[in-house]
Amino acid sequence: MPLAFAAAAVHAPGITGRRETATEQQRAVFFEAYERLRACLEAARLDALVIVSAEHFTNFFMDNMPAFCFGLAEDYPGPAEDEPFLKIAKTRVPGAARLARALATAVSEEADIAHSQEIVLDHGFMVPLHLLTPRMELPIVPIVVNCLAAPRPALKRCYALGRALRRAVDARPERIGLLAAGGLSHWPAVPESGKLNVEWDRAFLEDFLAHRRDALTRYSEDEIERDAGPGGHEVRAWIVVSAATEGARGETLCFEPIPAYAVTGAIATMAV
Amino acid sequence: MSLYHVQKLLYHLNKDAATRARFNSERTALLAEYALTDEERRAFAEADVGSLYTMGAHPLLLAPFAGRSGLKWPDYLAALKRARDRGAA
Repeated sequence: MPLAFAAAAVHAPGITGRRETATEQQRAVFFEAYERLRACLEAARLDALVIVSAEHFTNFFMDNMPAFCFGLAEDYPGPAEDEPFLKIAKTRVPGAARLARALATAVSEEADIAHSQEIVLDHGFMVPLHLLTPRMELPIVPIVVNCLAAPRPALKRCYALGRALRRAVDARPERIGLLAAGGLSHWPAVPESGKLNVEWDRAFLEDFLAHRRDALTRYSEDEIERDAGPGGHEVRAWIVVSAATEGARGETLCFEPIPAYAVTGAIATMAV
Repeated sequence: MSLYHVQKLLYHLNKDAATRARFNSERTALLAEYALTDEERRAFAEADVGSLYTMGAHPLLLAPFAGRSGLKWPDYLAALKRARDRGAA
């Protein structure tokens, strides 16, 4: 069964934790787009959702930092953060354990990955899940990418992982969705907090939609840090999805700068 | 400099309630277990997030520590800004 759904969206904690701090107009545009994404996801009648998100020192530290880590568990606790911070209740999200193992096995033919039975889901996973699958019934396969501690996986390797992941998904009988969660430019928890680079975001999004591998992977680490901020490294999740959906027509559901959430509210789908 | 150990202590404080309890009840003994310089030990002893930031501690490790130390978000950002400007001066 080929890939049945693919999308990418930002995951900033303010989206749920400080929802009311955005203007009424921003909220209307952004949450309406998230609703449309939820309708797309439900129409795809998925058996499982693969979510690619970023490490935030929730699961790993520099004593042992995997580039890519696949969750293989039966279920996952989340969110890691306190409930008042994210305004998402503590829960357990079901894991698609058999599928996860099969995908990890197939991807291992082409890429070096780590795997874990004990992934804890932080805002990177829980913010999109809260908005897309609020009943937390759809089994997931979490993939944690080191977008945090240098040396991070090169952007070209993220692209390669996306291609390998697509081949693995297409060989499975289940109806599988793929979601990138993270980015785009942002400066989390630093003095520049709240700053956005909307032009950078717009250019990246266009390359994402058009699967322009050379453009998506052209940035040096220093260029990302300078132009897209420390949080900009999370575009790795988007690169995985763009690579996994080569040839598919992309559509922007939302592109709304929301300084109160410290990100551009970017949401996009791929017609797979 | 022992940035790795500064960050390791921050990581343990963020993840582990027992380490947090010891940070409150026997801070000196806890700090002695990490390979820190005198200045790093002082910064932890005083919960001086600005200094920890200019030492290079990652903000995603610092922010939760600052919150648990009772620092409000605007005060946390202001402390980082002051420390950065001090370093640039």
